[in-house]
Amino acid sequence: MFRKKLMYLNRRAPYGTIYAAEGLEVVLIGAAFDQDVCMAFVGDGVYQLKAGQDTSGLGLKSFSPAYRALGDYDVTRLYVERESLEERGLDAGDLMPLTWEDEDDDWAEKSSIHVVDRAELTRLIDAQDVVFNF
Amino acid sequence: MALQINGKTLDTDEEGYLANLSDWEPEVAQVMAESDECDLTDNHWEVINFLRSYYEEYQIAPAVRVLTKAIGKKLGKDKGNSKYLYQLYPYGPAKQACRYAGLPKPTGCV
Amino acid sequence: MPILHTVNKSPFEKDSLETCIAHALDGSAVLLIEDGVYAAANGTVVAPRVRDAMRRLKFYVLANDCKARGLGEDALIDGIEPVDYAGFVDLAVGHDNVQSWL
Repeated sequence: MFRKKLMYLNRRAPYGTIYAAEGLEVVLIGAAFDQDVCMAFVGDGVYQLKAGQDTSGLGLKSFSPAYRALGDYDVTRLYVERESLEERGLDAGDLMPLTWEDEDDDWAEKSSIHVVDRAELTRLIDAQDVVFNF
Repeated sequence: MALQINGKTLDTDEEGYLANLSDWEPEVAQVMAESDECDLTDNHWEVINFLRSYYEEYQIAPAVRVLTKAIGKKLGKDKGNSKYLYQLYPYGPAKQACRYAGLPKPTGCV
Repeated sequence: MPILHTVNKSPFEKDSLETCIAHALDGSAVLLIEDGVYAAANGTVVAPRVRDAMRRLKFYVLANDCKARGLGEDALIDGIEPVDYAGFVDLAVGHDNVQSWL
């Protein structure tokens, strides 16, 4: 079967709006269709991956832990735009560690997070069959 | 819909999943299984307990494909396959076992 | 007492904070809530703008909204004061009026 290249492009901060939570839900549901899936985090979207989110004080369920399940759902490439991190005073060390296990490499644990610059992300977007924007 | 457990009335959604995760106790699984005419064995409980700890960690109920793979890793290949899991849970391992475990309907089950 | 201004939008996505700063009288208070708390972080491209505004406006930030977003108190701009919900209420009753910049 022909596998389409799909990118979920996340541009919104978590919690303030429903975009991030709904976008993640779509990724997890869409994973059932066995396509070539990646995610990108641009602008305030990089805040979705910020480490140390704790919503207990808001009386709101945190969907932050669900990002760690993405590897189980075979979503193993998360591209984070370097410029977006820098504008927000962040770097890769401020993000939660997200990994996947490579079945073809004796279940070696590998990082899912790839910090890429804007030019590289532009090329990645261009290479997709479909881009879903959240 | 609602479920009667130890004199308490627990709300469920239209498909029989618990409305409040925190309402869960082992009797919930027993009562649901009885109405499905299913005898809960240790093997059933193994899956239920696995799902509860998965939810605790990731805050989602795994899709059947994810559940199968994860069970295989944790409990061995002889249990991490659809045949074994469907024998235990003929209505669908993720859907039925998630319901018994008090979890919401699995994310990614279409 | 002057006005308490609240801002609930990310400064990277909306101009709510910028508009608030431009329309707040000297001595007013600005409380950052929800996605507005991102403006309180150190080292961002908007931090200099906030620091500049802090010379004439008092800035507060809602602690639980920071915590939810993984924004630690050590990551805040010096001089921005975290408040809890009770503190929010105190600020609201301690000012003549509340203006929400949505």
